[in-house]
Amino acid sequence: MSIVGTKVIRKEDPNLLTGRGQFVDDIQLTGTTHMAFVRSTEAHALIKGIDVSAALECEGVIGAWTAADLELPPLPGVPGLERPALAIDKVRFVGEAVAVIVAESKYAAADGTELVIVDYEPLGAVTSIEEATAEDAPLLYEELGSNTVAEVPTEDDHQAIFDAAPHTETIKLVNNRCTAAPIETNACLADYGPAGLTIWASFQAPHHLRNRISAWLDIPQDQCRVITPDVGGGFGQKINFTPEFFVAPVLSKILNRPVKYSQTRSEAMTSMYHGRAQEQEVSVAFDNEGKIQALKVFASQDMGGYADGTGMGMPVLTTAMSAGCYVIPNVSIAWRNVLTNTTPIAAYRGAGRPEATYLIERAMDHIAYKLDMDPTEVRRRNYIPKDSFPYPTHSELAVYDSGNFEGALDELLNIMDYESLREEQAANRENSQKPLLGIGFSSWLEIAGFGPPGSLEGFGHLGSWESVQIRIQPDGSAIIYTGASPHGQGTVTTFAQIASEYLGIDYEKISVRHGDTATIPQGIGTMGSRQVAVGGEGVKNASLKIVENAKSIAAHKLEANPEDIEVADGSLFVKGTPSKNLTWAEVATFSFQRLELPETMDPGSLDTTILQEVPNFSFPSGAYACVIEIDRQTGDARIRDMYLVDDCGTVINPLLAEGQVHGGVAQGIAQALYEEFSYDENGQPTTATFIDYLMPGAPDLPSYISGRINTPNPNNSLGAKGIGESGSVGTPPAVMNAVVDAVRHLGVTHIDMPATPQKLWEILQGGSK
Amino acid sequence: MIPAKFDYKPAQSKEEALSLLAEYGDEAKLLAGGHSLLPLMKLRLATPEVLIDIGAMEDLSYIQDKGDVVAIGALTKHRQVEQSDILKEHIPLLAHTASHVGDPQVRNRGTIGGSLCHGDPASDLPAAILATRATLVISGPSGERKVESDAFFTDFWETEVKEDELLTEIIVPKHTGESWAYQKFNRRAQDWAIVGCALQAGDNPGIGMVNMGSTPVRAVDAENALKSGGSSKEVCELADSGLTPPTDIHGNESYRRDLAKVLLQRALES
Repeated sequence: MSIVGTKVIRKEDPNLLTGRGQFVDDIQLTGTTHMAFVRSTEAHALIKGIDVSAALECEGVIGAWTAADLELPPLPGVPGLERPALAIDKVRFVGEAVAVIVAESKYAAADGTELVIVDYEPLGAVTSIEEATAEDAPLLYEELGSNTVAEVPTEDDHQAIFDAAPHTETIKLVNNRCTAAPIETNACLADYGPAGLTIWASFQAPHHLRNRISAWLDIPQDQCRVITPDVGGGFGQKINFTPEFFVAPVLSKILNRPVKYSQTRSEAMTSMYHGRAQEQEVSVAFDNEGKIQALKVFASQDMGGYADGTGMGMPVLTTAMSAGCYVIPNVSIAWRNVLTNTTPIAAYRGAGRPEATYLIERAMDHIAYKLDMDPTEVRRRNYIPKDSFPYPTHSELAVYDSGNFEGALDELLNIMDYESLREEQAANRENSQKPLLGIGFSSWLEIAGFGPPGSLEGFGHLGSWESVQIRIQPDGSAIIYTGASPHGQGTVTTFAQIASEYLGIDYEKISVRHGDTATIPQGIGTMGSRQVAVGGEGVKNASLKIVENAKSIAAHKLEANPEDIEVADGSLFVKGTPSKNLTWAEVATFSFQRLELPETMDPGSLDTTILQEVPNFSFPSGAYACVIEIDRQTGDARIRDMYLVDDCGTVINPLLAEGQVHGGVAQGIAQALYEEFSYDENGQPTTATFIDYLMPGAPDLPSYISGRINTPNPNNSLGAKGIGESGSVGTPPAVMNAVVDAVRHLGVTHIDMPATPQKLWEILQGGSK
Repeated sequence: MIPAKFDYKPAQSKEEALSLLAEYGDEAKLLAGGHSLLPLMKLRLATPEVLIDIGAMEDLSYIQDKGDVVAIGALTKHRQVEQSDILKEHIPLLAHTASHVGDPQVRNRGTIGGSLCHGDPASDLPAAILATRATLVISGPSGERKVESDAFFTDFWETEVKEDELLTEIIVPKHTGESWAYQKFNRRAQDWAIVGCALQAGDNPGIGMVNMGSTPVRAVDAENALKSGGSSKEVCELADSGLTPPTDIHGNESYRRDLAKVLLQRALES
């Protein structure tokens, strides 16, 4: 039986569930000191002076430094827009690091930060794109003359098509600012001694961090080691550079002691990069049959106080994927990136694609409203046919690899009783004792499997491949070393499954090691739903190469032709003569013994390293439906059912695939109904704790009903597309289409996320309560 | 949790706690279950110099049937209130309301006295205590004094308990009527109520409201309407009468006013 496609229990879990996981803050080095930041309490202000003298008197404080003391170069970033490691002369958002304290304990460090006096001269704060682009707006960088740091106008707005179209609709959407809030906040432990720097970091891409720190500190990469031990979630927030990873090594060198930093939740809420925060103006032109003739998108990305390289790319991904699952002959895109006095923006699970899916899927429902057509029918009339792949789009980035969008919708309607739900909806509307029922759909696809050459270099990475090294041990077990840096994805399990499948070695005898630049050949990291589609393909190819060489060893010992050797159940045997066999352990041992090997082979030559590339992105897709109930009196919206049909191509482990979807859907529901990171008019965060930032938990979320179709990825031999971000991409429009559907009879066509009870109550007050 | 520095003084008895309070005065804070105080200390919004830990005092943790009333020790955990057979039989509103506080971890640590002394208008138990017309026993250097629940909550997060005093007991009259209800409207399972409504019907009906003012409050006008036999609609229309609910990120004043009416209606119907 094939192990790929099987519900294997995660190898990662016994350690984590018994408290034996090891996270950065668990690591204890002798002589460790503790670092804490003084963070800006102002959103936009000049720094007129910083007085650290009282902090230096504080018991346990070892030192206190400002930007002027350390004279650090800016952090790696967008040329000309790099952020300083510590604020220089000016702060641009609440939470920005202004000064740093190192102390003997984390308590003393926290005490020290309270004694630093920063003299601010407040400047006007801009907290929204509208404010930041106003004519006389205060400027974050006076020298730039504008808060808009990038702007790509449309090449052709297809106005003639809009003018001639039977119908047009224009909608304005806000994709609400969210924070991923992983359980483990940012943390690092830097130990910079005469032999070089070792830094333990809670990060998604250890080699990426290593390369940048070594360049920044001007030390050779061989003397700069980054270790990412267990990492408690990332969701994109841990592929970006924040001051701690750079300042801790500097202070460790100055003090000649290890320096540890473990962020508090309060700090994490304002200083870890946020996500989404995009505003969109979307126009569609369509005919009487609901066929789309043209789509126009203008995306405005709120960058926050500093322009992060990944953040700059968000509207690029959004506008590349704006046409969704549909044949749209004319697409016009434009975008801009705007600085505001808020926490900087970067990738958050889905990164640019949830924004794209939301805009096109809301637009599809608007067409349905206008034509009084069923939303599933509008979608059917516009789907890209399943025999039209590869499908080039308006964007050079997005050449869809494969898909079966109508097939996913068919399967979705197969696992739900749509007709009965519509009947129930109609009946409920007439019965004031019943909640209002809404049914919403989303046909989505996203761009994933970041792996084609050039795809990640643009975001500052060394390459777009992923590294896989497999070392066969003398007892026939195998260790896989990979540059993938999982933090919840289950890569240790899936890679072991793939290796077991193609090596013929028992799954229990395969380990996966990751997260150490000193032992892993090279690496890129875990992001963009790439590990199975890129790294997994590497595991398969490395395994096949090893088996080929192992067969040569077995053939040599069994006096047979290599092409007659087969591998199964831990042994290598002669085809048709299973009694002539060697165990994998025997072959593995021989592989290290010159006298047992064929003349053409050197000892140890089974070991294989691959930097796996793929020719195209992958395009996971699916169809989701949400059934929501709205309390007519309170406006409370509760999801009754989520129906989920995913198409991620080949599934390596259904248990893990399902888990990824559940987590992503939870974050999608969170964005649609609960979460919004907001600021007051002075740029003070109003949702900086979990009391006010409403991250839902398991009791607040529904059970999910899942279906699946399988359209293999033609660009890797596994056929896998990736599934890490699917749920967060496909869910928000399904939920919001359901919310609007529930109040459509009141004439409502649009509600911004999150659909809070108060917003819905206000709508219901205006309608029939 | 990185609080500011503090001294820690465990107290084993009521007398020891009072003597420590006398010694440290306004520098000290009492620590019971810690579920209100510790989050404030974590954020350094509270920086007491001395913590007097009364959490281990056994003598203030009890639920006793005393005829017409039930006496509850101030250090009784929410979980014990929730599961008490005496309370379930005689003051079911209180037991039920306790089951809505936070989550099981919170209910196993937090105490009824701690919750009342925090005086948070967003908390569940103060509303129930107001609805039941309980009496609170406060111990101080000159002995015990009794305060009616109506007079207990004096301002935002402020109560009648002075710096040298300790809430020791809550005396709750047994409920003689038939119906009662606690309606809590919140978004997530563990959230504080956006608005809550504790109702104890009967000859002398009590309606305590959550998050409808700067302190835990009673809906007195609605109570009077209920007492004088007003219709359900008339009673509910008065749910917010005389109250000044706050506006915050979870709901504005007018939304809270309407929620109060809806929740009272649901309480009356349940």
